[in-house]
Amino acid sequence: MATHKGKTNEPFWWALFGAGGVLAAFCIPVLLFLNGLAIPLGWIEPPRYEDALALVQHPLTRLFLFGLISLSMFHWAHRFRFTLYDGLQIKHLNFLVALMCYGSAVVVSILTAVVLFQL
Amino acid sequence: MPETITLEVFRYRPEEEQEPTFQSYEVPFRKDWVVLDALNHIKDEIDGSLSYRWSCRMGVCGSCGMMINGDAVLTCAAFLETYLPGPIRVEPLANFPVVRDLVIEMSDFMEKLNRVSPWIIPAEEKPVSEGEYLQTPDELEDYKPYSMCINCMLCYSACPVFGLEPGFIGPAAIAIAQRYNLDNRDAGNEQRMEVLSDDEGIWQCTLVGECSAVCPKSVDPAGAIQRYKVTATTEWWKSKLMPWSQ
Repeated sequence: MATHKGKTNEPFWWALFGAGGVLAAFCIPVLLFLNGLAIPLGWIEPPRYEDALALVQHPLTRLFLFGLISLSMFHWAHRFRFTLYDGLQIKHLNFLVALMCYGSAVVVSILTAVVLFQL
Repeated sequence: MPETITLEVFRYRPEEEQEPTFQSYEVPFRKDWVVLDALNHIKDEIDGSLSYRWSCRMGVCGSCGMMINGDAVLTCAAFLETYLPGPIRVEPLANFPVVRDLVIEMSDFMEKLNRVSPWIIPAEEKPVSEGEYLQTPDELEDYKPYSMCINCMLCYSACPVFGLEPGFIGPAAIAIAQRYNLDNRDAGNEQRMEVLSDDEGIWQCTLVGECSAVCPKSVDPAGAIQRYKVTATTEWWKSKLMPWSQ
């Protein structure tokens, strides 16, 4: 159908931004509630260490956690890039700002993968 | 109820002064008067040199937009009573060059509007003898809210991104493009996407949302832009992952 003529790569970053936003909005409150409130305050019985480890070691859990952390980082990177871009009025440093923001997201994604797969 | 109210009006007469100034006018306060009535009173009774645009007095023509106490509004819809006890500060629309007093230079907007081909581009032209292009009420509903735009440019004045990046094609132009993109009689999607999904198009928008907040016709340009981001992103990924589908 429609053409983009390769002029812009914004759709790529926006897709990661959008996916990260949706995933974070749905999943992080649930995870925070379970791990930050319900379990420490004893509202629900804490899982045994072995069970929790087995859950995290499951390939689907690893994939989910990697997707959640990585895409949330790309969400942050995109928003922070525009915050710097508009807030500090540093249009001329656009490339550097983008490299710093998306670069951080890439680095955190790699670290996440390393940590998750060493568990 | 006061007898009068003061208007502090932005004045700029390029042939007389280098810098703009503010001039105060005291006008009768009337419950049924809007700021535009007060400006007309000034023009008719106090100072005939004041310049501003207006036409219909009823929120249809979109020509009397100004900044009232810093907010972009149609002066025909801004009752004096709202701003009691005054003074009311009246300035030309923000983010645009000023020609004179409250009159702004709008050719940049007109050029951008034209860029999105704001008319129906049919897949193939059919002769008049074949009759109308029929449309169901549901098909009309798809684009109707966007068709309410009156080109008043309040959204451009309220948009901080347009203030920083004058190249941004802007809220109204994108909403109007969607008015045609979502019309089932139209086949101009492709040619509009080249303009809209450009770096000066939708990707400049950071979803501040002020455009929709100030719109006097509830057009919701911010919603139009977000919807279009989804469309453009889907098409972009399709073109990268399935180049043969083009």
